Amino acid sequence: MSRKLLAGPYLIWVIGFTVIPLLMIVYYGLTASSGAFTLANIAAIAQPEHAKALWLALLLSLISTVVCLLLAFPLAMILRSRGVGKGSFVVFLFILPMWMNFLLRTLAWQTLLEKNGVINGILGFLHLPKIAIINTPAAIVLGMVYNFLPFMVLPLYNVLSKIDDNTINAARDLGANFFQTLVWVWIPLSVPGIISGITMVFVPALTTFVISNLLGGSKILLIGNVIEQEFTKSGNWNLGSGLSLVLMVFILISMMLVEKYDKNGEGTAF
Amino acid sequence: MSQSLIDLVNISKSFDGELVLDDLNLSVKENEFVTLLGPSGCGKTTTLRIIGGFEKPDTGKVIFSGQDITNLPPNKRQLNTVFQKYALFPHMNISENIAFGLKIKNKPKSYIQDKIKYALKLVNLDGYENRTVDSLSGGQQQRIAIARAIVNEPKLLLLDEPLGALDLKLRQDMQYELIRMKRELGITFIYVTHDQEEALTMSDYIVVMNQGYIQQMGTPEQIYNEPENAFVADFIGDSNILGGTMIRDELVEILGARFDCVDKGFGNNTPVDVVIRPEDVELVAPEQGTLVGTCSHLIFKGVHYEMEVTTPDGFEWLVHSTKLCPVGQKVGIHVDPFNIQIMNKPASEDEEAIGVNE
Repeated sequence: MSRKLLAGPYLIWVIGFTVIPLLMIVYYGLTASSGAFTLANIAAIAQPEHAKALWLALLLSLISTVVCLLLAFPLAMILRSRGVGKGSFVVFLFILPMWMNFLLRTLAWQTLLEKNGVINGILGFLHLPKIAIINTPAAIVLGMVYNFLPFMVLPLYNVLSKIDDNTINAARDLGANFFQTLVWVWIPLSVPGIISGITMVFVPALTTFVISNLLGGSKILLIGNVIEQEFTKSGNWNLGSGLSLVLMVFILISMMLVEKYDKNGEGTAF
Repeated sequence: MSQSLIDLVNISKSFDGELVLDDLNLSVKENEFVTLLGPSGCGKTTTLRIIGGFEKPDTGKVIFSGQDITNLPPNKRQLNTVFQKYALFPHMNISENIAFGLKIKNKPKSYIQDKIKYALKLVNLDGYENRTVDSLSGGQQQRIAIARAIVNEPKLLLLDEPLGALDLKLRQDMQYELIRMKRELGITFIYVTHDQEEALTMSDYIVVMNQGYIQQMGTPEQIYNEPENAFVADFIGDSNILGGTMIRDELVEILGARFDCVDKGFGNNTPVDVVIRPEDVELVAPEQGTLVGTCSHLIFKGVHYEMEVTTPDGFEWLVHSTKLCPVGQKVGIHVDPFNIQIMNKPASEDEEAIGVNE
């Protein structure tokens, strides 16, 4: 009984700040401004500008996820091979930026990438052609990869560091070259970490509106931006909630994937 | 090279400045069961890893069938390893584990199927094809690890303390199984262990190592009966190791008493180490003994009694005998000349490590 009481504050927190807001979103999403039941807010996803925003968000977050995976896997392998002592310092370096405010980090990229920003300043000084990637989808992807890469590296590092050296040695011993060992042993054994990492990058990337706001200018709208605008600018909570519900479906699918492939929580880094 | 299968030539290896192997030379003939035996840290596993290709020697060469393979990666070597903790692939079932090496080599499906069947039969695990690795006991996993290695028909099988994680009874069973498999397959085995009994039971040839040096090489009988230095004598079985003086050829003085022996060539009045196995100490009537002592300790061991006989100078002789001598009784000690093993005394600790001996 007393143990159950200890969970009380957390329960109140969850009910107050997760369950009730969720129920409100469901309520708003399924009603018109008059309060009558309607599916129009959900069907609104089919409207061209909404569908386009969802499509772009899916595409960019998918690209970011793949880029993160491609960057993080070799990095996690290097971290693993460096051993605990040296490895943990590199891990520390990786976590370090995560202690800085997310907005500040993204704003810093804005300054770096601007037309007359730091990078173009350096390029100009070196008489090299300037780059124009601020306010493009590429800048958004860059921002997503930069912000979410640690969430991919850590679960991968976690699963990789649990693989016994001799399991790898056995594959080499049985005639597998590096590439075959990668495909037949490294990757299959890191599936829980890969799935967990994919979710931890894909879900926040899909729902972000800050990164697209700061690095995409106001021209590129992701589904996150559309929802944000419905809540803050248009004041249409019903439409915003309806679109959020659609987005939630994708998040639930991701979570179910993790549930399926990472039964023992091996890939969870935190 | 001669008809030896593998030669290690002047191999040295150090980790973080610490010398693990120093100028090691070792040659293994085809179809031999060779055991590298020594305490942990003696360099035996490093030697095996160098042969397997998982470690590169700092200096020296590895010659396999007359070819220098020192710089060849493990996947290009015609040998296979059985690892200490099995190292099976946890994400594959038993037949996938066994088939791994053959699939890499693109062998036809029917050939692989036959090989899996044959290998499982050889390790007495028919019908285990579709089991998961988790569902197998330690002993069964080790058999699968062996099966996974031998289906590749290696010329040389390296075994790194493969029975170390098994319990005593299973270990003994597996020892006999390994000897049987070795005979059936006709593959050369290099086996690493710290268990001297295991080494004596299974090997054709034992290499005793300590601190990166080979202390002695020989058949199990040679290693046991004629240890070349105090380390080998102490490491292999129980023994009484005493300081003595070689008076002249075939006569040694131990604890003030003179024993006839069969060793020659140590010079006159030379300090030596003397090894006498506990089962070679004969207990006789006090007046017949070369030395006289008092029994200070007695345990019944089943096959024999284990006794300690303290001589007046304080040395406790370990004695294994079927004759009983009650505690407190005076008893004579006699040793047959050919049971006394004389060894040079190492002049320094370094020399002791190298195992210098004539």
